[in-house]
Amino acid sequence: MMALLEVKDLKVRVEEREILHGLTLTVNEGEVHAIMGPNGSGKSTLSHVIAGKPGYEVTDGQILFKGEDLLEMAPEERAAKGVFLAFQYPVEIPGVATMNFLRTALNAQRKARGEDEYSTPDFLKKVREVSKSLNIPQDMLKRGVNVGFSGGEKKRNEVLQMALFEPSLCILDEMDSGLDIDALRIAADGVNALRSPKRAMVVITHYQRLLNYIVPDVVHVMSRGRVVKSGGKELALELEASGYAQFEAA
Amino acid sequence: MPAVQETVERVKRIDVDQYRYGFETLIDSEKAPKGLSEEIVKFISQKKNEPDWMLQWRLEAYRRWLTMQEPTWARVDYPRIDFQDLYYYAAPKPKKTVSSLDEIDPEILKTYEKLGIPLREVAMLEGVEPKVGEEDPARRKIAVDAVFDSVSVATTFKAELKKAGVIFMPISEAIREHPELVQKYLGSVVPTSDNFYATLNSAVFSDGSFVYVPPGVRCPMELSTYFRINERNTGQFERTLIIADKGSYVSYLEGCTAPQRDENQLHAAVVELVAHDDAEIKYSTVQNWYPGNSEGKGGIYNFVTKRGDCRGANSKISWTQVETGSAITWKYPSCILRGDNSRGEFYSIAISNGFQQVDSGTKMIHLGKNTSSRIISKGIAAGKSQNTYRGLVTAHRKATGARNFTACDSLLIGDKCGAHTVPYIEAKNSSATFEHEATTSKISEDVLFYCIQRGLSQEEAVGLVVNGFVKDVLQQLPMEFAVEAQKLISISLEGSVG
Repeated sequence: MMALLEVKDLKVRVEEREILHGLTLTVNEGEVHAIMGPNGSGKSTLSHVIAGKPGYEVTDGQILFKGEDLLEMAPEERAAKGVFLAFQYPVEIPGVATMNFLRTALNAQRKARGEDEYSTPDFLKKVREVSKSLNIPQDMLKRGVNVGFSGGEKKRNEVLQMALFEPSLCILDEMDSGLDIDALRIAADGVNALRSPKRAMVVITHYQRLLNYIVPDVVHVMSRGRVVKSGGKELALELEASGYAQFEAA
Repeated sequence: MPAVQETVERVKRIDVDQYRYGFETLIDSEKAPKGLSEEIVKFISQKKNEPDWMLQWRLEAYRRWLTMQEPTWARVDYPRIDFQDLYYYAAPKPKKTVSSLDEIDPEILKTYEKLGIPLREVAMLEGVEPKVGEEDPARRKIAVDAVFDSVSVATTFKAELKKAGVIFMPISEAIREHPELVQKYLGSVVPTSDNFYATLNSAVFSDGSFVYVPPGVRCPMELSTYFRINERNTGQFERTLIIADKGSYVSYLEGCTAPQRDENQLHAAVVELVAHDDAEIKYSTVQNWYPGNSEGKGGIYNFVTKRGDCRGANSKISWTQVETGSAITWKYPSCILRGDNSRGEFYSIAISNGFQQVDSGTKMIHLGKNTSSRIISKGIAAGKSQNTYRGLVTAHRKATGARNFTACDSLLIGDKCGAHTVPYIEAKNSSATFEHEATTSKISEDVLFYCIQRGLSQEEAVGLVVNGFVKDVLQQLPMEFAVEAQKLISISLEGSVG
């Protein structure tokens, strides 16, 4: 199996404070990894650094994506190469119809990869196909990006983009936050439908609950800016029973 | 959003300081001597072969102007203008009467070609001529009046408009050919005594467009004027007068550009609109005068008085403006809602970048019963610019049932610019309903990062967010203009982030 993402001894600062103190993680193609940990353990920082959000300073270590140095790439370049971050709180963009947004983004990525941009009819066909398979009403696509969307709709919009852009690495940041159980199930079904031998997923979550729906191959426990334990999916259940306290001490 | 895509392509090819329309046309021109005096006013009037009543009108304005003070209440800051150091009249040579486009200096035609404005009707006739009844909407005709410095150089589709009874010609020609209309309406909306710049304009205006739409006629095409200031140290003072008679309709577009120069140029225009019973006038502007360079040097001072008079019952006047250029903008397109049930609208996008200063807005003056008005203003400030919305909504004692809705939204890009909202609201009767909403927001880092994570570059992300912000107003523009405006918006914000 080929390593898709390799994070090696990563040290990250925000302003003067070090958040990640030498984090190492390898994700292979086709795998689903869960990263669990208490608040402030650095889970979201990791996802932001992989996606290239400004404001983080990498002081040491490396991130390789398909063997290439990810930290050398601009964030939009990472997106075009197949890194997708599903946001914990997707933003609203008033006046920009979701359909236009999807098309602008997809074509920007295709162009960056040297592929032909989609024509309007081809794009419409594709978007209809994908949204139908995810049970997303066409009406939602006409509204401004996430404007007035419910929590569940926002997350489904993230899943729709994931399906449309066909990234090879999906990072799901606290996907379950703000969702009731039904909305969670729908979003998780969408994610499961996108599992493939060519695609890896990193599911970041605070609670075990989400992992009942998106069953991981590997579970990592993060504490104070490091991965302190890795194991199979049973590790999540163990955590649920005993809590994070045992790792806090480590 | 294909237009956004196109914009982005364009933006990538230019750098911050590059103003697309900044070229200069080398042609001979005839100028009046520098400075302003009764002699200059007479000179202009004589050049135009004007009747005596017109000269007297100008002189009266000039004499009044001498007694007036330059206004200082706007939130703009600039060195005092030396009005004796300007040329008040410049005309491209040869200035014999032009009867067909072939007689126009080819250099001028080339200028308009560079600006993307088709003056040659011939071009429209080439290729496949759409059959009667199956008009190709993509090749919709637009009649153009082109004003170069002080003089109107060409008006297209005159014959076709004449058939419909529509008069569309340079105002200098209208003064000679339709004196009864000009005398009746000129200065009836913006009187010669109105304000410092309007009074100056009344004294020295040299050309502009005149439109008269007869009763019951729907003008068969969009009318358009393109203004171009070419000469150095020249003030441009055009005068536009549009009259929509009972039950008529006209849509008018105005575009403006100027060369890139280190010194400031003055533009003080007056636009008067008159809508009679059941008539409608839609006036759209895409203003892209040179804004000055990245250090704030040069650029146009745009001090303009635009006012519409809804004179008849059920009449409607709608102003839509996209303001991206000029070093300083001082402009308040207004509506006097005189007729009962008349309606005024003001849709505005004002963008400032670099060192631009914008003080713009509108006045809605409710005089008739059950009059209504709507104001949607979108101000976008970037760089080190200052952007002010200044608006007045007032209901007269007799304007029972007056209604106004105002929404002013400001968007800030970066942390060195400013947005200000100064609304004045006066209701002199208790049945008026005025609503005012205002918001100020910043393009957040989170929104930009979201777009960038989806594959957009920083510039593309800003363009997308801004175009979303102004969407309500863009929708009011005729299609061709909306596309142009969308491109302009992104181009003028180039270099505003990062």
